Amino acid sequence: MIFNELSNRRTFLRRMAKLSAMAAATAMFPGIMFPNEQLAAIPNGSIDWKKAPCRFCGVGCGVLVGIQQGKAVAVKGDPKSSVNKGLCCVKGYHSIMALYGADRLTKPLVKENGKYVEKTMDEALQLIAEKMKETIKDYGKDSVSIYGSGQWTIPDGYVASKLFKGCIGTNNVEANARLCMASAVTGFMSSFGIDEPMGCYEDIDHANVFVLWGNNMAEMHPVLFSRLLDQRMNRGSKIVDFATRTTRTSTAADKSIMFKPQTDLAVANSICYEIVNNGWVNERFIENHCNFSKGLTNIGYGMEDKYSFQDKPEMIDFDTYKEFLKDYSPEKVEKISGVSARDIKYMASLYGDPNVKVMSLWCMGANQHTRGTWINNLIYNIHLLTGKISSPGNSPFSLTGQPSACGTVREVGTLTHKLPHGVVMNEEHRKEAAKIWDVPINNIDPKPSYHTVEMFRALDRGEIRFMWIQVTNPMVTMPKLKRYRDAAKKEGRFIVVSDIYPTPTTDIADVILPSACWIEREGMYGNSERRTQYFEQMIEPPGQAISDTWQIVEVARRMGFGKQFAYKKETHIEEIYNEYRRFHDNKKHNMAPLEVLKSQPGAMWPYVDGKSTKWRFNAAYDPACTQGEFDFYGKPDHRAVIWQRPYEQAAEEPDADYPFWLNTGRVIEHWHTGSMTRRIPVLHKAMPQAYVELNPEDAMKMGIQNGDPVKLTSRRGDIILPASINERGMPVRGQVFVPFFDEGMLINEITLDAFCPISKQPDYKKCAVKITKA
Amino acid sequence: MSIKSYIVHPVPGRKSQLIFQLSKMSSCEVVAAENKDILILVTDTSTKEEDDELLSKINELDHLSMLTMVSGFNTTSN
Repeated sequence: MIFNELSNRRTFLRRMAKLSAMAAATAMFPGIMFPNEQLAAIPNGSIDWKKAPCRFCGVGCGVLVGIQQGKAVAVKGDPKSSVNKGLCCVKGYHSIMALYGADRLTKPLVKENGKYVEKTMDEALQLIAEKMKETIKDYGKDSVSIYGSGQWTIPDGYVASKLFKGCIGTNNVEANARLCMASAVTGFMSSFGIDEPMGCYEDIDHANVFVLWGNNMAEMHPVLFSRLLDQRMNRGSKIVDFATRTTRTSTAADKSIMFKPQTDLAVANSICYEIVNNGWVNERFIENHCNFSKGLTNIGYGMEDKYSFQDKPEMIDFDTYKEFLKDYSPEKVEKISGVSARDIKYMASLYGDPNVKVMSLWCMGANQHTRGTWINNLIYNIHLLTGKISSPGNSPFSLTGQPSACGTVREVGTLTHKLPHGVVMNEEHRKEAAKIWDVPINNIDPKPSYHTVEMFRALDRGEIRFMWIQVTNPMVTMPKLKRYRDAAKKEGRFIVVSDIYPTPTTDIADVILPSACWIEREGMYGNSERRTQYFEQMIEPPGQAISDTWQIVEVARRMGFGKQFAYKKETHIEEIYNEYRRFHDNKKHNMAPLEVLKSQPGAMWPYVDGKSTKWRFNAAYDPACTQGEFDFYGKPDHRAVIWQRPYEQAAEEPDADYPFWLNTGRVIEHWHTGSMTRRIPVLHKAMPQAYVELNPEDAMKMGIQNGDPVKLTSRRGDIILPASINERGMPVRGQVFVPFFDEGMLINEITLDAFCPISKQPDYKKCAVKITKA
Repeated sequence: MSIKSYIVHPVPGRKSQLIFQLSKMSSCEVVAAENKDILILVTDTSTKEEDDELLSKINELDHLSMLTMVSGFNTTSN
């Protein structure tokens, strides 16, 4: 896609018309691609093509960015990338336009007497450092915090963790990935003792069946979904959409099965019941590689401040587990879930057939769930019971939402309890971190502090007084938003926001720092399949903007940590990455050298003896295996865990006063809160505003027609949105859906801040609302 | 003076023939999806009469199954 100066208005309009139609087609026909159009549009003249991972979702497509006269002028899919094989989605094709919005932040702004005043970068960084030191002096080290993102590059997250955990000595480090994949992490940790998928995207080329657990891949991971469609076309693979709402994914699937919100827990157990009762268990696999455990039940929802929970795992035997499953016969679960016993048996038969390779894929539907850890565990149970795991095409695959949620948040460990290797609670891990960071071990606090929701609650309570927010927009994305916006505005709070555009979050900032974006700086992202990808600085950032990495380095130096942050400006990314690699210098997690990442479209960790590892825990592919054919080496006994986890209700379910479920999510055209994609004209035009999807029968009963203003009221507040009926998606009766990209219609004003007690990840998919025609 | 874009559905199995037919028509630009039987059509006409006539001709094409307009712009000649 080319974005040079257009010759005239008519040419521009022709192009807009074409792009609008392509954007509409992308939304209507999952996986549709127009690569020829992209190639044909490449202009004559000298364009320097440079490789990068895409800036947007967690798929991590390889793109080639065309640079001409110091400007990014074109994007095409990288044909050498095994991720996307030359394809891009509508956001990827337009990604560079996000760099050139008219209102880019170019100068630091400091709020003085209620007004923003331009400052030099040096002045702003000095103010931030002084304010942090003053806050620590007055209120203690745990009064300062940093809130980052799965869009942080690996070096961004690494220096943030080093400064706050290693130097300042507070574990007040969190990232918005807590809101999108924390349940995936705790699912992996509790089932396997080590994070991130065992398989890779190549599983798609081997699987016979794809079961999508509450996962609208057609809109959220479109390029990957196009690979599923290719396999269906070429090999006859089947796609089963298991969801609470009919979407573009449902219409493209071979079978669409709808379940009542939260009852995926019951259905997953029912599938296991069928596997056990039909003799489909892989007995040898279970005997050699699995344990059974149960945890606490009735574990709450975290809606009260300072809520605390610690699971207490207890080993059980297979017979006890079988007894537990008796409550989950398909006939019983049909009554809970609304899924017919026949459909449950159908899904179980796919998993149970030893000749069928099954790939399960999920993302926010399973993770943004008050029992998110449990549903992750239960999907693994299905694969473990049948032995369909860690081999090509047999793969439980947790997709991630952001370009470096895995690379920066999970691997670097930018969560309160984490370190780049291991956790703060572990003395050996702290010792290792202290040695690499060159800080006294006592600097690293052994006690985790606040997870994201609690961090904002602590801001409200006054325990946190200083917060630095980078690459994320919490004043759009936090659930039960009003409380946390009011908290940030309270007297005595100091908020720094690093971003590239004005957002509702910069609105609450005391200092706004202009950031360099993506290819305006050097960095790395890590995608869903453990692939680390490097990108060089290709163009200059605008005005005084600098990278988030360098902002933190400069502040750290001004706070007196020059020894720990003695990186040279021209080589700091390489120095930081090499330092970070020391944390993972082992066969279970070794990261590829930088020169490898520079030479190819990424490498998958563990990178051992010059090779990426495609399938972990399988001795045929994974050099870290030491205990036979399969080796779940994340656990001390090298065995994966099959968890007994029951169905429990959601935190807030529809009742007589609030009779509808509210589900929220994304749309294909927009990236998260739309702060970048709403500045790309063709994407904004294709999806200009939020809406509320209603089931046509519900709408008819209430006399609501398409486009009518509709008022949604929850116990937290209300919002008015235009009705969308029979358009993008269709909720089942009794449910509505609202996308969250529109800062003009903040749906999170009315969502609930309930979270999974184990992962602390909020549930954005379920709360109760009432609907009236406005 | 209008510029319009459409999503075009060919008769099954006639995608390439429809591309050929549309490509021969003046005021039409066609973009084919690589992996779906879907085309994007952009029309650029000078008058309403010309636009109506073109649309009528397109609708008569025997390899066309369905035409859905996505966007339309009225503009000056430049």
